[in-house]
Amino acid sequence: MSPILFWLFTALMLAFGTSVVLNRDPVASALSLVASFLCLSALFVGLDAFFIGVIQILVYAGAVMVLFLFIIMLLDLKAEQRRQFNRLSLAGGGAVAVGFMFELLHVLNSFSIGKNPFPPLGVARLDDVRQVGITLFTQFNLPFQTVGVLVLVASVGVIVLSRRELK
Amino acid sequence: MNPLTLNHYLLASGLLFSIGFAGVLLRRNIITIFMCLELMLNAANLSLVAFSRYHVGADGLPNYNAQVLVFFIIAVAAAEVAVGLAIIVALYRARQTTHVEDLVSLKF
Repeated sequence: MSPILFWLFTALMLAFGTSVVLNRDPVASALSLVASFLCLSALFVGLDAFFIGVIQILVYAGAVMVLFLFIIMLLDLKAEQRRQFNRLSLAGGGAVAVGFMFELLHVLNSFSIGKNPFPPLGVARLDDVRQVGITLFTQFNLPFQTVGVLVLVASVGVIVLSRRELK
Repeated sequence: MNPLTLNHYLLASGLLFSIGFAGVLLRRNIITIFMCLELMLNAANLSLVAFSRYHVGADGLPNYNAQVLVFFIIAVAAAEVAVGLAIIVALYRARQTTHVEDLVSLKF
């Protein structure tokens, strides 16, 4: 991936991510999250992970975010009222996040393996979907079936949770 | 311009994670908190895909184990979103609020 595209998409992704946190209106937050996921999938494509990039758009920007917007509109949420912030929790939350960032910079600074550029691929054309499929169905078949059961359990759970009255 | 290294992607992923983390700690709307959780999951996905691309094997292909793990994370996250939003809707029906400071008791 050309460095210009990397910086462009990273900057956009982080900017939209910040806008998710800072927006008071949940609909604007959700739409910023969609934009952030689109930039993230561009980064995936830049890393030669085409399949992951496509399902990022289909599943996240498509299905999951539609679900979010649907719930926001179903509950008819308005923009949050300005409330008195608990100053202690505000300072604590900010300090933990900033501390995490500095920790990360420190770790990355001493992570010498990560300072090498990416090695070139040894193939002319990458058959990405096929390789993911082979790995998924040969090495990770049991976890794959288990995820199927998990999705079934989740959908039954959602139906139980959204019945008119719980009891 | 310098070529891209693994650290560039790890830094981008870490910054995205910090943004999501700050959102979870600072925001008071439960739906926004949930969206920030998704942001954190995706930050982890980005670093996994970067590691996958960095580990080019003897056959000249990236290491696909990491991409399969990302696939599982996306599948589990989709299930988690469905259950979480159902809980939020049930909570809203009972309490008419999505503000976490109004939801202080476990049983009502």
